[in-house]
Amino acid sequence: MTTVAEVSPAKDTRARLPIADVRWSTVLAPLVVGVLALAAWEWLVASFDIEPFVLPAPSAIWEQITLNADSIVRGASVTGRNALIGTLFGAVIGVGGAMLAGTFRFLDQMAAPVVAALAVIPIVALAPVLYSMYGAAVDTGRIIVAGLSVSIPVYLNTLRGLRQVRAVHRDLMTAYAAGPFQVIRSVTLPTATPYVFTGLRVASSLAVIAALIAEYFGGPIGGLGKSITSSAASSNYPLAWAYVTGAIVLGLLFYVVTLLVELWFSRHHRPAAG
Amino acid sequence: MNDPAIQARGVHRVFGKGRKQVIALSDVDLTVADGEFVSLIGPSGCGKSTLLRLVADLDASTSGEITVFGKTARQARIDQEYGIAFQQSGLLPWRTVAGNIELPLKLHGVNADERRRRVAELLELVGLSDFAKSHPDQLSGGMQQRVAIARALAESPRLLLMDEPFGALDEITRERMQNELVRICAETGAAVLFVTHSIPEAVFLSDRVVVMSPRPGRITGIVDVRADGMVPAHDRSAGARDEEGFFRAVGEVRSLLHGTPETAVTARGVDTR
Repeated sequence: MTTVAEVSPAKDTRARLPIADVRWSTVLAPLVVGVLALAAWEWLVASFDIEPFVLPAPSAIWEQITLNADSIVRGASVTGRNALIGTLFGAVIGVGGAMLAGTFRFLDQMAAPVVAALAVIPIVALAPVLYSMYGAAVDTGRIIVAGLSVSIPVYLNTLRGLRQVRAVHRDLMTAYAAGPFQVIRSVTLPTATPYVFTGLRVASSLAVIAALIAEYFGGPIGGLGKSITSSAASSNYPLAWAYVTGAIVLGLLFYVVTLLVELWFSRHHRPAAG
Repeated sequence: MNDPAIQARGVHRVFGKGRKQVIALSDVDLTVADGEFVSLIGPSGCGKSTLLRLVADLDASTSGEITVFGKTARQARIDQEYGIAFQQSGLLPWRTVAGNIELPLKLHGVNADERRRRVAELLELVGLSDFAKSHPDQLSGGMQQRVAIARALAESPRLLLMDEPFGALDEITRERMQNELVRICAETGAAVLFVTHSIPEAVFLSDRVVVMSPRPGRITGIVDVRADGMVPAHDRSAGARDEEGFFRAVGEVRSLLHGTPETAVTARGVDTR
């Protein structure tokens, strides 16, 4: 018998993220665009004498950022904390709800209109109501607002993920006479995992926005949203923009972290895999 | 005498109702002896995969009886009497090669030491010892299919059900996999029910080739390859593809598939039903 040996050597099988594949040009191009845009902005404000309340110059904003770095970081940590707690508990609700709805069809049908309603109402609008429910001195209302905005996309994505189990995997589990919990643990949940994290990535920036905007409606001071409104109210527009910059960085941070988590959990879920 | 690996009597499978009714299988009788390699061959829609799914108890027959080692198909599935492999390898992409092979063992509560030992043994058997920690997406199609076969063999079943396991592979990989399957079957001594589209594949691998035809799905004839002068399936070598008996058997299967008058072939040991 002629059995030919497999020639390919053992590959490096360590878990990895597809980050090393990113080319320099993909990083450089947006950086160049950003720098050019900032330069154009600076030039525009200087040469047309645009008033700061219309649009402050990037240099003025940067000055405020350096002067108030402490305050911005503190504000970002307050808002970020609300957004983070909201994200975590929104994710738990979203995943838990989706698992229930995925298991019991009637729950899915019952929940569908409620989910659709929650998806279209601006959840931030609930903030004033929640402040009066939980008191304006605590962050509870903001956390709930952030959590609710996270739970909807996570719920919808997870529910979709739970339905992606391939027929061949279902057949295998039947052939193994696996129990319902074994099927959920070994096939259904792992199949849904990348979808859960896609939902979480989409939702994470929503959580920051929700936590931030909720501050506009009152509640304790210290967060970025509150600082933006109060700086604008005292006509310190460059400072308001400095806080806005802080909010952008915070949102990006949430996005990037959840994106990395998503990439990690879907690293072997490429369509090529049999 | 042992119970036969598979015994099907008067099996019908009808899908749908009323005018949309499709008869997938009509009055199928088939016996696969313990340790025998039997292929099902026929055009698409002839019910060969349906028959395999009925044996695996992934689907239930409309009427008729199927027993696996003397048990009902359902009991045989619960008792894990068979291993199964499909055209898609169906590996879990988030598990390593070793993790995929040990899955059935893990589901049935085999302890970790025993699992590790068995996985090492199976990796050796399919020649993938270096890839234990790889993930399926890092393997070629042929290697993925070998992992699937190793997984099907994990619990040393006495019956292997294979639904076009090499169907998605290129011709070269395919022949190599066939050689390996012959060797693996010789080592394990398991009976095999093998669904395929390829006449040479069926003839090379099998003791008997069951030819089926569609609308309604039924068995049109059975070619006993051994009667054409070939050694039993377990003892074959790659060279068997060049033997005279091989070509004779291929010719018989082909004429049954294309519905040529069977009188000429019956004389050469075809068991026509």
